Order: sequence, then structure tokens, then C-alpha cells
Amino acid sequence: MRSLYVRYFLFLLVTLSCSVSGFAKKIQVCHDCSIISIKQAIQQAEEGDTIVVKQGTYYENEILIDKSLTLLSEDASVDGQDKGEIFIVKADDVTIDGFTIVNVGTSYIKDFAAIRIRESKNFAVRNNIIRNLFFGIYLEKSKDGIVENNKIYGKAKNEFNSGNGIQLWYSNNVIIKSNYVEKVRDGIYLEFSNYCQIEDNVSQYNVRYGLHFMFSNHDVVKNCKYIHNGAGVAIMFSKYMTMTDNLFEDNWGSAAYGVLLKEVNDTEINYNTFKGNTTAINIEGSNRVTYLHNDFIGNGWAINSNGANYHNIVNYNNFSNNSFDLVYRGPLNHNNFDSNYWSGYTGYDLNKDGIGDVPYRPIKLFSYIVNKTPESIILLRSLFIDIIDFSEKVSPIFTPDNLVDNTPITKYIKHDKDR
Amino acid sequence: MIKIDSLYKKYGENHVLKGVDLEIEQGVIAILGPNGSGKTTLNKCILGMVFPDSGNISIDNQSVLNKWDYRQKIDYLPQIANFPSNITVQELLNMIKDLRGNKTQDEKEYIELFHLSKFLNKKLSALSGGTKQKVNILLTFMFDNPIMILDEPTTGLDPVALLTLKDLIIREKNKGKIILVTSHIMDFVEGISDEIVFILEGKIYFKGSIELLKEKTNQESFEKAIANILKQNYA
Amino acid sequence: MLKILKYSFYDLIRSRWSYIYLLFYLLLGIVLLFLNSDIGKAIITLMNVIIVLVPLISTIFGVMYYYDSREFTELLLALPLKRSTIFFGQYLGVALSLSMSLIIGLGIPFLFYGLLASGVIINFLLLIVTGVFLTFIFSAFSYCIGLKNENKIKGFGYSILLWLFLAIIYDGVLLTVLIVFGEYPLENITLIGTILNPIDLSRILILLRLDISALLGYTGAVFKSFFGNGVGSIISFFILLLWVVFPLFLLRKFAKRKDF
Repeated sequence: MRSLYVRYFLFLLVTLSCSVSGFAKKIQVCHDCSIISIKQAIQQAEEGDTIVVKQGTYYENEILIDKSLTLLSEDASVDGQDKGEIFIVKADDVTIDGFTIVNVGTSYIKDFAAIRIRESKNFAVRNNIIRNLFFGIYLEKSKDGIVENNKIYGKAKNEFNSGNGIQLWYSNNVIIKSNYVEKVRDGIYLEFSNYCQIEDNVSQYNVRYGLHFMFSNHDVVKNCKYIHNGAGVAIMFSKYMTMTDNLFEDNWGSAAYGVLLKEVNDTEINYNTFKGNTTAINIEGSNRVTYLHNDFIGNGWAINSNGANYHNIVNYNNFSNNSFDLVYRGPLNHNNFDSNYWSGYTGYDLNKDGIGDVPYRPIKLFSYIVNKTPESIILLRSLFIDIIDFSEKVSPIFTPDNLVDNTPITKYIKHDKDR
Repeated sequence: MIKIDSLYKKYGENHVLKGVDLEIEQGVIAILGPNGSGKTTLNKCILGMVFPDSGNISIDNQSVLNKWDYRQKIDYLPQIANFPSNITVQELLNMIKDLRGNKTQDEKEYIELFHLSKFLNKKLSALSGGTKQKVNILLTFMFDNPIMILDEPTTGLDPVALLTLKDLIIREKNKGKIILVTSHIMDFVEGISDEIVFILEGKIYFKGSIELLKEKTNQESFEKAIANILKQNYA
Repeated sequence: MLKILKYSFYDLIRSRWSYIYLLFYLLLGIVLLFLNSDIGKAIITLMNVIIVLVPLISTIFGVMYYYDSREFTELLLALPLKRSTIFFGQYLGVALSLSMSLIIGLGIPFLFYGLLASGVIINFLLLIVTGVFLTFIFSAFSYCIGLKNENKIKGFGYSILLWLFLAIIYDGVLLTVLIVFGEYPLENITLIGTILNPIDLSRILILLRLDISALLGYTGAVFKSFFGNGVGSIISFFILLLWVVFPLFLLRKFAKRKDF
């Protein structure tokens, strides 16, 4: 008998303690429920509650989340009817998970986004699908959050009336992982955002850049794919960046690059694959950047060095069947191009140590001609061009005399990808 | 019947034929003349291998210029017997028969006549000049067409073969064929021909029988008659 | 014509030169593939070979066969055969036997290498098709040269000159024009200039596959519409076909008026 009382007491105690400390409750939203809109649910919810939105389409916009809530979708889609923003988060510890969000309004004055997170931390945006958007996920002065496994499908045709898939502005320490972005202006855009980790994303068919950094430092880009963008990754005015194990493929066009570097310092670009891009890497005003163990395969131009680049290191890369391996302006400036594999290398290796006995000159005279007279690209791989390239190789007049790979590797380098 | 009307032909500045008129009914006609007088060119015009600058050639009252199927009626023995070198005699025979569309033709008689059976499986490049010429003759005679054009048929032949050739020509003549022969061997010409056509500097200088030629030049022998013509014109 | 083709072809495949040609390609294929780990590089080297050597070999071989088979030709001329039949037959014999050497010689090593599985099969086929086109074009030219020149030495000379001109000098002239008149819009001139040379045209056809990323770096609108989609390849193939027809037309014309 006594034990029964004890048990009852314990039960009361637990229940009480829960309600006092605001123990999370679950609020359901559905078309047949007592709560039929997300806004209504947020109004009734208290900090820490979970809102479960059941299947159906909810025509809502300007959904302001100003409490720490978890919004879970069970096959729910939110249609903003092109009226402006859809989710606006202004609280810490908010999770938005599993929604299909469509019809974000387009504006030339305001950057409407499907999900905007403003001055918040510890947020998580997961598993959402965003279609017909202006901006997708917009992080503004927020930090310590994660954006994961979202899919963003835009329909952008040009840069002027389109927005970015995922945008970070003054947001640090954010993880952006396993997202898919297509056909927007910039797939992922970071401005003044540091210590972010960008992993396993796929960004393709974007009209401007797959990934774009401005004034951002100490960010890491890893295992991402950038295909058919205006440029795969553009990094501008940034430093201490790391890019490894990414794939840049088929970024085609007159101003299309795998990677575009402008005033980038102290950065590492290693173990990436550049395949079939018009220009794999375009470098301008960048110093102390290392390029190690990258594969440049079948690009128009593998590296285009536009001058004012100092102390860069290009070693242990494979340059295989690019139309041009290297275009270079200005003097050597302590840049180092040793120990790469060049498929155009015709020297020999008598002592069989895998290092060619004759230095290799990666610059062709023809690249200068094409630069001056772009139409002449049509003569690429003509025997006549091969002859003038050869004569330039024998006695260089136009190319910097000391720009050579002194220790060219004779076999395709097998990188240690499981390092 | 072959009829040739005012045939002209020049190679560059070299006028080879300067108005040749000729009518041939039947029989063996020997076309004679000094080197470079246009005998071969005339032959080749008839065959359509050379195109005359002006004039006409007709066979059985049909103009043959720019035509090809009339050659069905002509057997031609070229001056120099050069054949594709890396095929055998038998293959050559089969090929020519195939190309003429006349596969049933029997060449055995001629093979025996010229003792060619042991050469049948030899490559043409391995044959001697005389044997090649025998093959050449064989190829010309085996088809039995109404017109024959023989350009220097005696080249390289041994006396036995020469006799055989003579007999063959006479046999074919008796079938009522037209046979045009050019040769420098006067004995041979005299033995076979019904008529002589003598070409000099691109024109027909003489046409008629050997008897007539002897009469005209007041010479006893055919050989001397020919020599006489040449002397008169070049002396 | 088929009969002539047959005999010319038999004659040719029994000639030593066909084997040398075949052997050359076999060796080339083997060296490229097995002494070289990089199949992409092999394809590019192959492209250079096809663009440069196929025209050279085709013209030289064609002219050589023309002069070599003169006796045979004269034999044929006395037979009841049309002239165009004789020459087209011989030409086809040359072109086909050369093409066969090319296809077999390069095909075998690539098959052994595992071409079918390697994913570059389309590039390889394109190279072969282009090579066959060039063979047909240049052996037709060589026959024209042969018909126009009794003198063997002259004939060979002209063949080499033709090759030298189209393979090297032409591009030099084109490049000079482009550089000198650099301030003017040159896109159309460049394209037309390229089309007027079968070697350049074939090169472009291959570039459209191997170097499309570089070609698309050029900003001009005409290039872009030419290179940017399948149109460029289709037009190029069509013009290449015209390039086969053109020397054949000449060949017919020359053959018709030629004295033997």
C-alpha cells in the first residue's frame, strides 16, 4: 500500500517538474486539425515546442519564428504565392526540417528568401526542398548553425533577376553540408563569413558561380561538385581558405572557370579534379597559394595566371590533355611549377627515376597568339601551330625564360586520395 | 567497216595526224610509216584511247567518238605488253574474260599453240619478253571479235611463234574480219596483208596493194619499195 | 565499276605497300596504347597522325598506284568499258584499301586495349571516320594529279606540294591574315577559311569533341552558334562530304579528256 503512494508521488513530481521547466509539447498542424496554419501554431507554441505540420499545401508567407521551436514537416508544402518571404527566423535554436517551399516573391528592392535566419544561432535547416525561388536560404549575422541536405531548384536565366541558393552574410561557423543547388545565380554565396565548413554539396547549372566567397576567411570547401556553372568556385578578397577533393567539371563559356581567384592569399587548393572546363583556374593578384595534387584533365586552359601573383606553388599536379596547360603574364615572381605531370612532355628519363631529365616548358607560344587574336583558336592543334610552338620551345622569345618545370614527372601521378 | 574522215591530232605543238582519211572494208591492212609518223596514234584514236582534235571515226556507219561499247567488237594488241605485275597469267585471263563479260570463251587452243600451259600459274613479272608477248597475243585472239588491231605483234617472238602468228592472222582474215597491223618486219607484212596504208608526217601517203606500191615506186621487192619512199622524202 | 574495284582492290591488298601502311598503323596503335598509360593522350597523338599523315600517305600512295598501274589502265582502256568506270573503280580500290589499313591497323590495338569499355570509343570512331574521309579526299586528288601529269616526278612533286600547302602553309597564311587584320571582325573569314581546307575542316570536327571547352572560351557569336551545339559537327560533316565529291568531279572531267 505504501509503495503505491510512493509511486503516485513520484509520478506527480515528474509531471510537475516537467510543466514548470516548460517541458516541450507537440503541436500538430493539419487541414482537419484545430490548428490549420503554421502561423497559428507558432502563436500558440512556447519556447522549445515542436510543431508537426501534416501533409498538405499551406498558403502562407511572412511566417515569423521568434521562439526556439522545432518545425517538422510530414510531407507538408508551403506556398508563398509570390508574395515575399516565407520563413523568417529571429530566435536561437530553431530547426526547420523537411518542408517543400515554393513560390518566393521576386523583388528588385528586397532580397526575398524562402528561409531567412536573422541574428540567430544554433539553427538547423534540414531536408527542405525549395522551388521557384528568388533567394533560397539566407543567413544574416547568424552563427553556429547547420544547413544540411536541402535541395534548391531555381530557373534562373541571367544574373539580373535571380538570387542565390544559399547565402551567408556576416555569418560564422556555419556548416553547409550535402545540399543540392541548381539554376540560381550563385549556388552558395558567402560574404564576410568565416570559419564555415562547406562539404559534399552539389552545385550545377548556376548562371554565375557554383560557390562564391567575398571577404571571407578560414573557410573549408571539401568534396563538393561544381558542374556547368558560370564559374565553379569564385573566391575574392579572401584568405586562409582550404579547398580539397572537389570536382569542377564542364564549366563552359567565354568567362567560365573551374576556380576563379582574385586577391586570395595563403590558401590551399589540393586534391581537386578539374575536368573539361574552359579555364580550370584563373588567378589574379593572389599570393602564397599552393596547388598540390590536383588533376587537370581536358580543360581549355588549365591555369591562367593573369599577373601580380607571387610565391605560389604548383606541384605534383597532373596536367593531362588540356588545350593549354598554362597561360602566364609577367615575370616568374617566385612562383614554382616543379614536379608536375604534363601529358605534353616529350623528354626522356634515362635513369628511370620517374623524373624527366629535360625541364619542361608548359607555356605555348600559341597561347599568346590566341590571347591577342582570339579567332586563331580555330587553328588549335594544326601542324603549323605545332611547328611554331616547337620553335618557341627550342629558343624561347615570348615566354619567360625561367618558367620551367625542372623536375617534370614522367608518369601520371597517383594521388593518395585516402590520406 | 571502219571509216575515218579528216582526222587531226596534235600533242602540244607536235601535229601528229594532219587530216587522215581512210576507209577499210575488210581484210588485213598493214599500217606502215617511219617512227613517229602517227601509226599508234591512229590506232589509239580508233580505240578511243586518244581523242582527235577534229574529224570523225565511224564503225559500221556509227560514230564512235566518246563512246565505249563499240569496243566490244575490237580486239587490241598493244605495242608494249605490260601487265599488272603481281598477278598470274591465269588470273589475268580470267580477269579480262570477266571484264569483257565473256566468261565462256575457250582459250585452251591458243595456250597449246604457244605452249603457255606451264606459265599459267606464274606471275606476269616473272615472264620473259617473248612469253609476255605470247600472252598478249593470246588475250587478243581468244575473243574472236570482228575487228583486230595489232600494234607490233611480232615483238620478241621466236621464229616458230612468228609462223604460228602468221597462220592465225590468215585464219582470222578468212573469217572476214578487219585486221589492222602495224609492223616494221617487212617480210611479215608482205606475207599477211591485202593492203598497205603508208603514213608519212601525219598524212596518208599511199594506200593500195603491195603490187601497186611496187609498180608506183619501180622497185622489185616490197622492202625496197618502202625504203624508196623513205629515201625520197628524207634525202 | 565493281569489277574494276574488285581487281584494283585485290591488286592493292597484295601489294607490299598496303602491308607497310597497315603495319605502320598497327605499330603506331600499339606504341601509343601500350607504352603510354594515358589513353586521352593516345587519342590526341592519334589525331595529329590522322590529320597530318593520312593526307600525305593517301596522296603519295594514290599517285604511286596511278603511275604503277598505267599498263593495267591502258589494258582496260582498250576493253569495252567506260572511262569513268575505269578510273572510279581504281580510285575506289585505292581509297578502300587505304581505309581498310587504317581501320584494321588502328582498330586491332585499340580493341585489344579494351576500347569498347574505355568510354573513348566515340572519340576513336570520330578519328577513324575523319581519317577515312581524308583518305577518300586525298586519294581522289592524287588521281587528278596523276591524270594531269604524264611525268612521274612532277606528279609526286605536285602531290607533296598539295599536302604541304593544305597541311602547313595554308594555316600559316590564315594565321598571318588573322594577325594582320586583327582589328576587323574576322569570324566569318576564319570559318570560311577553315571550310576551304579539308584538313582544317577535319581538324575542327575533332576539336569539337576533344577541345570543345577551349573553343567555347571564344566570345564571338558566330563561333558560338557554330560550336555551341550539334550544328557545327553536322555542317562540318556535310562539307567534308562535298570535299569528297569535288575532286571526284575533277577526276571525271580530267579522265574524259585524257589521251593515252
